Amino acid sequence: MKTRVIVTLKSGILDPQGKAIEGALRSLGVEGVASVRQGKVFDIELDAGDRAAAQAKLAEACEKLLANAIVEDYAIENG
Amino acid sequence: MANPLRAAVILFPGSNREGDVARALRQATGVPPTIVWHDDRALPPGTELVVLPGGFSYGDYLRCGAIAARARIMEAVRAHAADGGLVLGVCNGFQILCEAGLLPGVLMRNAGRRFLCKTQHLRVENASTAFTRGYAPGQVVKFAIAHGEGNYAIDAEGLAELERAGRVAFRYCDARGEIGGRANPNGSIDDIAGVYNDKFNVLGLMPHPENLVDPLVGGIDGRPMFAALAAA
Repeated sequence: MKTRVIVTLKSGILDPQGKAIEGALRSLGVEGVASVRQGKVFDIELDAGDRAAAQAKLAEACEKLLANAIVEDYAIENG
Repeated sequence: MANPLRAAVILFPGSNREGDVARALRQATGVPPTIVWHDDRALPPGTELVVLPGGFSYGDYLRCGAIAARARIMEAVRAHAADGGLVLGVCNGFQILCEAGLLPGVLMRNAGRRFLCKTQHLRVENASTAFTRGYAPGQVVKFAIAHGEGNYAIDAEGLAELERAGRVAFRYCDARGEIGGRANPNGSIDDIAGVYNDKFNVLGLMPHPENLVDPLVGGIDGRPMFAALAAA
């Protein structure tokens, strides 16, 4: 099963990398960029019986390693 | 010394300050520490102090310290800490301790986005622990910093608990001991450079005391920490 996990900084957490990218986009003349927040995407091939099982496994992966719950949120896409 | 401190320095792939730490410990205790590989299951019998050195474990992949915090040896380090054993994490070692949940909070990208490599003054906020008994309360010391992710962050509740319990170990300051403003190099909340766990046997700090133990390289303000540990 192909799955995807997206990890992003919680709102309100300073994102210096996002700020730098935002500045670079403006300097390149890309108009209308109000703000940029940077995150991570994990594409995970998973052996799981069904979508609910996959959801549970990916949540475990996020809690144990992929996200730091102090400053990051995660979203799971599967199936 | 009749019974020199038995210290173990954990080596992760990408650690690079283990030699500096070993040298500082040897200077203080008279014997070299044992270097322990990250994939080992156990610490040497009788280990009293575990040091997680600086560097770039696992190339800072995922998050600084995140992979190392889940290394096999960390179960033994966790048990050592739970038994009251001493644990010191410097720079990447501090990041690993936070990721492992042995210390609260997290180290974020420096607010100014730059990697910082310079000497830095610190104020000793708590001089009554096994790590800092060699300093005077409020003493201003000069260590070295070398990090891109040293911006300490913690939620309001956790911060209040650190401050209430005297668990802030060091704060960034200027040469006169003034904190705030430009004296804070990386944006850390409350100018925090290092914190203790609730039992004061685990210390993590971003600055490098082990790099200031020889007058040849600019100062010896790091020596009292290793001397205090050697006498623990």
